[in-house]
Amino acid sequence: MTTAAGSSRREFLAQSGRVVAAAGVASLLGNLGGWALSYAADKEPIKIGILHSLSGTMAISEVSLKDVVLMAVEEINAKGGVMGRKIKPVVVDPASNWDLFAEKAKQLLVVDKVAVVFGCWTSVSRKSVLPVFEKNNGLLFYPVQYEGEECSHNVFYTGAAVNQQAIPAVEYLMSKEGGGYKKFYLLGTDYVYPRTTNKILRAMLLAKKVPAADIMEEYTPFHHQDYQTIVGKVKKFAAGGKAAVISTINGDSNVPFYKEFANQGLRAEDAPIMAFSVAEDELRGMDTTALVGHLAAWNYYQSVDTPQNKKFVADFKAYCKKNNLPDGEKRVTDDPMEAAYFGVHIWKQAVEKAGSTEVDKVRKAVYGSKFLAPGGEIKMDEANHHTNKPVLIGEILKDGQFKIVSRSKGLVKPEPWSEYTSPDKGCDWIGHQGTYQKKA
Amino acid sequence: MGESRLSEGMLLRSLIGLVLVCFCWGTEIAAAEGPRVKPAAPPVSLIDQALADLSSEDQSTQEAAVLFLSERGDPSLLLKLEAIRDSADRSVRLALKPLMDQLKNRINLSSPDVDQRRSAAADLGSAGKPGAIPWLEAALENEPHRWVRYAIEESIALLQLASTNPDDQITAATKLGELRSQNAVPALKELLQQGSDGSATAQHQAVASAARAAIEQIDIWASWAGAFETIFRGISLSSILLIMSLGLAIVFGLMGVINMAHGELMMVGAYATFVTQECFKAYLPPGAFDYYFLVSMPVSFLVAAVFGLILEATVISFLYGRPLETMLATWGVSLVLIQAARVYFGDLTSVVAPSWLSGGVQAMVGVYLPYNRIFIILLSILCVCGIYFLLFRTGIGLRVRAVTQNRDMSSCLGIPTRKVDAYTFAFGSGLAGVAGCALTLIGNVEPGLGQNYIVDSFMVVVTGGVGKLMGTIVASLGIGGLNKLLEPSFGAVYSKVLILVLVVVFLQRRPSGLFTIKGRHADT
Repeated sequence: MTTAAGSSRREFLAQSGRVVAAAGVASLLGNLGGWALSYAADKEPIKIGILHSLSGTMAISEVSLKDVVLMAVEEINAKGGVMGRKIKPVVVDPASNWDLFAEKAKQLLVVDKVAVVFGCWTSVSRKSVLPVFEKNNGLLFYPVQYEGEECSHNVFYTGAAVNQQAIPAVEYLMSKEGGGYKKFYLLGTDYVYPRTTNKILRAMLLAKKVPAADIMEEYTPFHHQDYQTIVGKVKKFAAGGKAAVISTINGDSNVPFYKEFANQGLRAEDAPIMAFSVAEDELRGMDTTALVGHLAAWNYYQSVDTPQNKKFVADFKAYCKKNNLPDGEKRVTDDPMEAAYFGVHIWKQAVEKAGSTEVDKVRKAVYGSKFLAPGGEIKMDEANHHTNKPVLIGEILKDGQFKIVSRSKGLVKPEPWSEYTSPDKGCDWIGHQGTYQKKA
Repeated sequence: MGESRLSEGMLLRSLIGLVLVCFCWGTEIAAAEGPRVKPAAPPVSLIDQALADLSSEDQSTQEAAVLFLSERGDPSLLLKLEAIRDSADRSVRLALKPLMDQLKNRINLSSPDVDQRRSAAADLGSAGKPGAIPWLEAALENEPHRWVRYAIEESIALLQLASTNPDDQITAATKLGELRSQNAVPALKELLQQGSDGSATAQHQAVASAARAAIEQIDIWASWAGAFETIFRGISLSSILLIMSLGLAIVFGLMGVINMAHGELMMVGAYATFVTQECFKAYLPPGAFDYYFLVSMPVSFLVAAVFGLILEATVISFLYGRPLETMLATWGVSLVLIQAARVYFGDLTSVVAPSWLSGGVQAMVGVYLPYNRIFIILLSILCVCGIYFLLFRTGIGLRVRAVTQNRDMSSCLGIPTRKVDAYTFAFGSGLAGVAGCALTLIGNVEPGLGQNYIVDSFMVVVTGGVGKLMGTIVASLGIGGLNKLLEPSFGAVYSKVLILVLVVVFLQRRPSGLFTIKGRHADT
């Protein structure tokens, strides 16, 4: 019994020794393996998300944003990627469905674990993904002009705030140069961007002593096609002259609206339409003969005359042709596309500056960074997550391009909270950590 | 290499020479034209002085120059002004713009194009420069077109209304009242305001009472015009609804098939129109382009009908008598068609309305009827007549009606019900294609096109009573008319909600719609 016991103990000791040794080797190997893995991970591509509607009512505008982001990615990859790592885009289609936007955003952040997301067009889609980005500490680059009144730690706004588009546009219309218009018909699609923008514009017009009776406001659902009644009302409102239409109509409703406007005998001279959501890319899908002379306000046009823009336009056309995208070389560039494009480059610069793709480090690196965008040099604001950009008013030409009729002096500083509706509020992520009350 | 550079140099030199020659020739012509157009031109020096003053730093000198030139109103100055503008700074350009507009409008008053004449007259009226009155009066004398005459008369009266002489103002106000001019209302209201001020003189009050009378006249007319326009819009929307739901109603009524792909058949029709347009652009002379729409209508009917035949043969024929399954299957087909269109055509395609369908006709003062709407109304009437003729005046129609009423009995009597089904479905699909073709005149062509309209078409068909042509017509008139009646006061969003609520309430009262099928077969 004892011998048996002794031998078994010896055996046990020997065995346990072997086990310990094996464990040691294994752990060493494990460490090595882990190190090797982590080394490999450094060279693994960085995943980024692209969250744009490729179908549904907003596809008319958003498909091109996806294309231009992919082009920027291809450019960066061709030059060796970010910190020696290639970028791998993950494209999802939320199909103009706002709930699906939140779902797809969550999938990108949690399942695909992307470093950054480029996406959204309508404010309602941005509002629905906002909680997802804030909860998971993701990073979104949002390329479209919007209504402001938002200040998120997790979003960089490369489009315009209200004081960089809507307000200068209306100021232009009221100026002598712009025609000295005195009556305004605010017409929009029924959701958050037009309603908030028009709230700010109404406050501004009232502050500028425009009587309330000379401001009309009206909304239509997404996808609205029948503008007979509204154009009839505009016609009545514009009789006697000096009336302008401020259009925040989004997506494909613009086509029937402009068609009806022309067919009921209204010309740009009778009442110009100043649009905030009609750019070259939307005009591509329209019969432009009826639109000549109407206006739009943006921060970039394809007709901007800079060498880097010529290259950008040519590159995009070549990209579309090479990848057999619909319309190929006939494709055009516009403001949100430019903003989406330089957003990718701003992010790349920030990652390289931070030396990491970690959201918190990248965010800090974005503050105050500059980039020579196609439309000229832009600057990310030091504190409020928005972009300093120029403001341009353009007139629609017969070929669907814009003639720039007015241009701001230099870059305009973004103000997410409008001075007309919230003069006491500001947004600052350095000094105040978000939205704050300005002291009088 | 050397040789080619030499020849390039020569080419360049000869080009420069050519340009120089052209330039000399051009200046000669301009010099010759100057005195010929205006034999009684005032001394050139005054005008030249004013032209020089335009670029003056001094604001008042500049304004005086603009005033002088605008009173002179010599259109031949336009070229010189353009030259000045091109080299001027912003303040000069701003000062020049109204002057140049005025001169351009004066030239356009004698343009051969009716629209140009008319808009020139309207612009001169709204610019508020009384110097334009003699030009307008001269233009009025030999103006043949009724609505251009109207615009000229209106503009003259508007300009006179701004004069300082109360008698002129009173005649102008009375004239504007007679003209029922909506454009004059703001100015007239201002005069009314002046007359009711405490400091108003008797003359002011006289002007104010003339203005009040004119405003009343205009307002009464405006309410009539508004009513007329509302009726027109209602009919126009109704005809769109009708044209969309006719095919659906026929298929639904005959075969009991709920065709969820009906909207996509409309989309097929719209894309057929687009393709026809592109073919005309590519293969036919530009002069023929305007007629593409006439060709595209039968083309979209045929293409959609063929799609319908295929759909019937491959999907629906296996699912007869199982309405729910048909619904699901056609829903699936519709998704496939949408994605196929998206992949093939992309999301942006534009159909250019032919020139004879863009613009509109002025029916009376304040009422402007777009041609495309008129066309769609006529088209829907044509479709209804066509269907009526086919169903009630032909042998095929007789068989279709027989199968609709009693499928088994018809089959016993030797009617090939399967064939009748297939052809009816194809016909219904073709109608959807025509609807899609018509819709390109209003909206845009995109893969989701059918989805926008399918709910409306179902609403019309169900409200009208399934399978009743008359019901579909009445329901589309009712829904379209009601929509346009509600929209001015409730706005587009709430009127749509209200319509849906009304339809729901109506269907609770009469679940089988407006026109119910009576008789023994009703519950089979």
